[in-house]
Amino acid sequence: MNGGDFVSNRERLEKLKDDWKRERVIPLLKRFPERKKEFKTSFDGPVEILYTPKETEDYEEKIGFPGQYPFTRGVQPTMYRGRLWTMRQYAGFGTAEESNQRYRYLLSQGQTGLSVAFDLPTQIGYDSDDPMSEGEVGRVGVAIDSLEDMETLFEGIPLERVSTSMTINSTAAILLAMYIAVGEKQGVDPSKLTGTIQNDILKEYIARGTYIFPPDSSMRLITDIFEYCSKNLPDFNTISISGYHIREAGANSVQEIAFTLADGIAYVQAAIDAGLDPNVFGKRLSFFFNSHNGFLEEIAKFRAARRLWARIMKERFGVTDEKAMMLRFHTQTGGSTLTAQQPMNNIVRVAFQALAAVLGGTQSLHTNSFDEALGLPTEDSVTIALRTQQIIASETGVADTVDPLGGAYFIEELTDRMEELAMDYIQKIDDLGGMVEAVRNGFVQKEILDSAYKYQVSIENKEQIIVGVNEFVSEDKEVKDILRLDPAIENRQKKKIEMLRTRRDNGKVESLLDDLREAARGSDNLMPFILKAVKAYATLGEIANALRDVFGEYTEAVIL
Amino acid sequence: MKIKVLVAKPGLDGHDRGAKVVAMALRDAGMEVIYTGLRQSPESIVKAALQEDVDVVGLSILSGAHMKICSKVLKLMEDSGIGDKPVFVGGIIPPEDAEELKKAGIFEVFGPGTSLKSIAEKIEKTVKK
Repeated sequence: MNGGDFVSNRERLEKLKDDWKRERVIPLLKRFPERKKEFKTSFDGPVEILYTPKETEDYEEKIGFPGQYPFTRGVQPTMYRGRLWTMRQYAGFGTAEESNQRYRYLLSQGQTGLSVAFDLPTQIGYDSDDPMSEGEVGRVGVAIDSLEDMETLFEGIPLERVSTSMTINSTAAILLAMYIAVGEKQGVDPSKLTGTIQNDILKEYIARGTYIFPPDSSMRLITDIFEYCSKNLPDFNTISISGYHIREAGANSVQEIAFTLADGIAYVQAAIDAGLDPNVFGKRLSFFFNSHNGFLEEIAKFRAARRLWARIMKERFGVTDEKAMMLRFHTQTGGSTLTAQQPMNNIVRVAFQALAAVLGGTQSLHTNSFDEALGLPTEDSVTIALRTQQIIASETGVADTVDPLGGAYFIEELTDRMEELAMDYIQKIDDLGGMVEAVRNGFVQKEILDSAYKYQVSIENKEQIIVGVNEFVSEDKEVKDILRLDPAIENRQKKKIEMLRTRRDNGKVESLLDDLREAARGSDNLMPFILKAVKAYATLGEIANALRDVFGEYTEAVIL
Repeated sequence: MKIKVLVAKPGLDGHDRGAKVVAMALRDAGMEVIYTGLRQSPESIVKAALQEDVDVVGLSILSGAHMKICSKVLKLMEDSGIGDKPVFVGGIIPPEDAEELKKAGIFEVFGPGTSLKSIAEKIEKTVKK
């Protein structure tokens, strides 16, 4: 490239940047002003909204501008200069009363959205008094058996003002119905509800394990939810396509985005096959990624995922509405990176991981508590985790310009490479007949397990150093504060169900469950039937069992 | 004779990375490993241990349900006449609970960060005794 080209290229880019400012940024600023009048460095220099390279060949095609296809630099033109990411700590344990207390505490400390953790029986469709639930009630999240518990969970929390994310998959339709019903009791119209249900069953078969039904019936429940919400809850994110758990199960960064986007392709195809318009439901898809230890790699991963998804929606599915091409995502710092040894070191790990997520342009963020390799986090440790986000947001200045690492040679190179490798995987999965097939035959699980084993071996032979675990080891001081759950929770929940069954109209519940079974045998949308049953105080287990009667249960193919 | 190990995932917990990685490592260390898959009841685990005539049982639990599950497995093993087989537990187990489990008859508790090599060595030493 000679000097003349260099100048004209640079001038051209400046002009493009001016166009972008005029067309995208200024109109947006009228509705959503920036957080500050001026953004400055510590030496009083200006911080611009965006930096672009001095020379480039394919800048427009590959990197472009924030809020514009292919969204490599972010999904909104102003990103965090307008509004910071949502600080959303995943929480929930014990009974609805205890979790309600924790939510109110977190909101009072400046958290901006709720994220509900449910216990395993709730996630797998068993009531607390089911023999399968023994020992598990209220352990990894809150126990919800009926609408009554859900009312308690959100008591005093105005649903029209707080967005709620619910980590719920095979029973997502039931919990969503309960959420709608609680909203109605608070006088909130369903169309005003905002939040997210995880509703991503494919990664349950792959990595997380809370499946109930076989894949085809699960996919139907998901498309039923898409359809119902597009009509009744237009601002609700109907799925959070999750790479988080795939990564936690041992996948590497490329596998994380490849398998997640491949899951996304399967959902989009299923919804199109069910007659839905990807330009409409595509806007309600959201994603959920892990932020792991490799700082620069993680930043590039988020950027690569954003660009790849935009291309998939546009080129593969022919989507024309840019909003339906945007990969919006939540991030959680990597739980499996936390060490039980020298647990205070985890505060530092979490801070770096959170910073990578912010530099990668996340829409919301959960930061893990330092004591999570030991047990459930305490109120103190959760507060430090939230403060970590607040420090990044208020003190570091990284939120003052959009995609600050964009254009860094290494970051762009990594972004390109990760996109390419992820695309190779997606191609391989297509060749196998799509993600549902690739999961059924164990291909995805095997790839992940191989990576997990390789990683563990690299720690054993010290190729990978983990501070405090295989190097820089010191005698541990005992962590004194570990949250202990009251073992009486299980009995309290059992009593509550017993009481409920004496109070409600059992005949009505039975007949509504029969209606649900009948509908499940046919092809009607199941959401209205589930909503009716929920409002009559049918329990979660009863509703899930009615569906089990029709759909049957999935048993995993054991891969080793 | 190869040491025969049953690696089991009791309860509703779906975190199977640890169980699978340990199973692979024990296999690489020359043992015969049977992995049960998810959502096994204590009854089905003990039944598998009997049928396969294993030397060691490993339980992986990260959901917090370890106290109830472990005591049930130990009791059922006792009742089935295999109470002498060592039972190992891995997962997120608070230190106090680990002590209590060992008192109740669990041979060893492996927390996060335990090396694969040390697990294999411990099992070898225990079985050969």
